[in-house]
Amino acid sequence: MSKVNAILQGTLNWVDERFPLTSNWKAHLSEYYAPKNFNFWYFFGSLAMLVLVIQIVTGIFLTMHYKPDAALNASGVPVAFASVEYIMRDVSWGWLIRYMHSTGASAFFVVVYLHMFRGLLYGSYRKPRELIWLFGIGIFLCLMGEAFFGYLLPWGQMSFWGAQVIVNLFSAIPLIGPDLSIWLRGDYVVGDATLNRFFAFHVIAMPLVLIGLVGAHIIALHEVGSNNPDGVEIKKKKDANGIPLDGIPFHPYYTVKDIVGVVVFLFVFSIVVFFMPEGGGYFLEYNNFFPADPLVTPPHIAPVWYFTPYYSLLRAVTYPLFGIDAKFWGVVAMGAGTLIFAFLPWLDRSPVKSIRYRGPITKWLLSIWIVGFFILGFLGTKDPAYKFFGFIPGAPVAQLLSLYYFLFFLTMPIWSSLDRCKPEPDRVTTK
Amino acid sequence: MKKFLTAILFAPVLAFAAGATLHLDSAPDKSSDMAALQNGAKIFVNYCLNCHSASYMRYNRLQDIGLTDAQIKDNLLFTAEKVGEPMKIAMQRAEAKVWFGAAPPDLTIIARARASEHGSGADWLYTYLRSFYRDENRPTGWNNVIFENVGMPHVLWELQGEQVMGADHKLALAKPGKMKPQEYDAMVGDLVAYLKYMGEPVGEFRKKLGVIVLIFLAVIFVFAYALKREYWKDVH
Repeated sequence: MSKVNAILQGTLNWVDERFPLTSNWKAHLSEYYAPKNFNFWYFFGSLAMLVLVIQIVTGIFLTMHYKPDAALNASGVPVAFASVEYIMRDVSWGWLIRYMHSTGASAFFVVVYLHMFRGLLYGSYRKPRELIWLFGIGIFLCLMGEAFFGYLLPWGQMSFWGAQVIVNLFSAIPLIGPDLSIWLRGDYVVGDATLNRFFAFHVIAMPLVLIGLVGAHIIALHEVGSNNPDGVEIKKKKDANGIPLDGIPFHPYYTVKDIVGVVVFLFVFSIVVFFMPEGGGYFLEYNNFFPADPLVTPPHIAPVWYFTPYYSLLRAVTYPLFGIDAKFWGVVAMGAGTLIFAFLPWLDRSPVKSIRYRGPITKWLLSIWIVGFFILGFLGTKDPAYKFFGFIPGAPVAQLLSLYYFLFFLTMPIWSSLDRCKPEPDRVTTK
Repeated sequence: MKKFLTAILFAPVLAFAAGATLHLDSAPDKSSDMAALQNGAKIFVNYCLNCHSASYMRYNRLQDIGLTDAQIKDNLLFTAEKVGEPMKIAMQRAEAKVWFGAAPPDLTIIARARASEHGSGADWLYTYLRSFYRDENRPTGWNNVIFENVGMPHVLWELQGEQVMGADHKLALAKPGKMKPQEYDAMVGDLVAYLKYMGEPVGEFRKKLGVIVLIFLAVIFVFAYALKREYWKDVH
């Protein structure tokens, strides 16, 4: 046995002299000290990585049978659409791989939204974690691009018309707009050229950037250390060996804890994959089971649920400004709605980080913002003429909530510094 | 405050429930009734598979619903030579478009595509196939309650008979067909069950496998949680 150990140790030494294996293992896992008081909200970072791996692995297998081709086959069905059904029926376990990928797209946004909400709750974007947050925003934007490009690939009615609507938005930009949208599509309408380039973006360009940003996100995190639900820095109180008093090694403590999170996540994920892969029409839209038809515009074009809050922001702007079309300002609102998160580290002037020690102003305004985000998302799935309970018109509600969406951020420097905060503890608290 | 949040969060759900208008009859669930599925397959190849293709569905996949290759070849294989071929049709799409105004859609996944907030795709099809009525203003002589000015004539009219739209906007059977109304409804139920099966042949297996996967994960959870508890005993 000791001989085996000697060989293993010898091999490890051989590697360590040539590659920093042991030192990296220590720096990022066995001697990376994470606060011991992580709660429920801290599962979603590792879960986002799990979903990324699920998407990449299932995606690789999908590309083996998927064909990005908009031409019609002998039965009059676009080849791309037919290849997805081929995967669903004739490829061994293709249905499972495809459902994992389609459910994974929604799961990705679920865990990323929860992960971002955690950041809002505990001030994880505050100094010294601004760059972690900015890399995270980059990941979020890439993810939106990745989802948008991927959604065209099944080449169903919603794929086609969703892409048509979104690419057309760019035509609202003054001067360069019309040419820009043709350049993006590679054609005057969404067509084969668009499908092929979206395929290229979806399977290589975006994933490459995404993985790079995830790497940067984690390297930055491990440089400054994790925040925690109390929002206090554990590095301020260290023992004689320089180890934070409230820190525990990520491995094994958080690896074994995250395994529990992974199993619970996979349980919920499997419920969707095996029992409701369409997610009630929200994960796989029913209309997308009709092949793309450029001659038949669906009566109601709705994006997938994870885009709907931003779609509501887009539709909320209905008046032209400075002689430029309202559509352009809608695009600006949608873009600003996603980018405004990037300014959070500098908008938040509260003396404390965590919601636990912040005052009633923050708690109320944040709660209303979250509820508003849900309602904007709900309205984004509906026709603009939708009425709550049949009589409260949805459009002005969406406009009001869109205004609140931005005012929440823009007035944050004022209300966050006015709020009556409680004193932060010296050390992290448990229970 | 919590009450306020719950009230607001649930408001859209309630509002959504109040919005439905299109009324669909609910299709009987026959997804594990092999005799019904086989009857549905028979009706499908006899009545639908002349104008509509099911081009992602291979004939020999019908083994799922309890048929042997020999049975499929002898009774159902009308539009192809080999049992491994998909259910295609001879009619040209361009010609069909001239005849009907629109090429009849491929029906392989129609039961999935027709789902909406008003009901499942099976409900839609079950209602649709029972909602044809005589309308002399239409080129085919037929119209449909839930698919207004549909291009398709009432292919099953000999079985159902002729319905007419009354002044009260309700359908009445003016001329009885070969089947009694209950028999016709049961037959349409079989056909719709088949269309639902064809939309996702793996559907029933998927659910069975899902149960096993969930049991497996539940067992893993016990061990994962025990492992976590053991390690975290020394964190105070």
